[in-house]
Amino acid sequence: MPVLKDKDRKMIQEWFEKLRDPVRLIVFTQEHECEYCEQTRGIVEEIADLSDKVTAEVYDFVDDEDRAQEYGIDKIPAIAILGSEDYGVRIYGFPGGYEFTALVEDILDISTGEHGLSEATLQQLAKLTTPIHLQVFVTPT
Amino acid sequence: MAHKLAMASELVRADMVEAIEFPHLANKYQVYGVPLTVINEKGRVEGAVPEARLIQEVLRSEEKGEQREAAWHG
Repeated sequence: MPVLKDKDRKMIQEWFEKLRDPVRLIVFTQEHECEYCEQTRGIVEEIADLSDKVTAEVYDFVDDEDRAQEYGIDKIPAIAILGSEDYGVRIYGFPGGYEFTALVEDILDISTGEHGLSEATLQQLAKLTTPIHLQVFVTPT
Repeated sequence: MAHKLAMASELVRADMVEAIEFPHLANKYQVYGVPLTVINEKGRVEGAVPEARLIQEVLRSEEKGEQREAAWHG
């Protein structure tokens, strides 16, 4: 059963007209899917259906252990959002509400290569010398 | 915002985590309000902050990390 409503579908399609480069949505789930895993795979596949530039790839967290390691996935459901390279952008949990908006924005940003950060922020960012891991905790609403 | 920083810097990776689905992590990082940004396990930024503030906190965390490292070796 589709998760996206017709209205959502139409809105996303309008946004996706701006897409430029291909985006890969790599989903990790498991054979006996948890409730959220199944929904996550479903919504990602529905989103990928809305543009030729967006593809969904589904892997099993247990059976495709090497692949999970390659993308640094340590829990599921997980979505890795990749463009021409892997920027380290991940979403853990069903992308509803706040995470849904983030997912669509990520697809647009990665496809267009426009993160929209200010020059001042980029200058600060360039000062980094060691790896940084950010974890942003959110709730659906 | 965190995802944008990850896009712009090879050194940054950013996870968005649904707190309710991963209660053990919400507990580990003592998530009482959202959004909460955890920087390298230790740094904490509460609320949706402007990018200038977030990058400032990221740099501060890195600096502290280096100090810990220095103290360890010192």
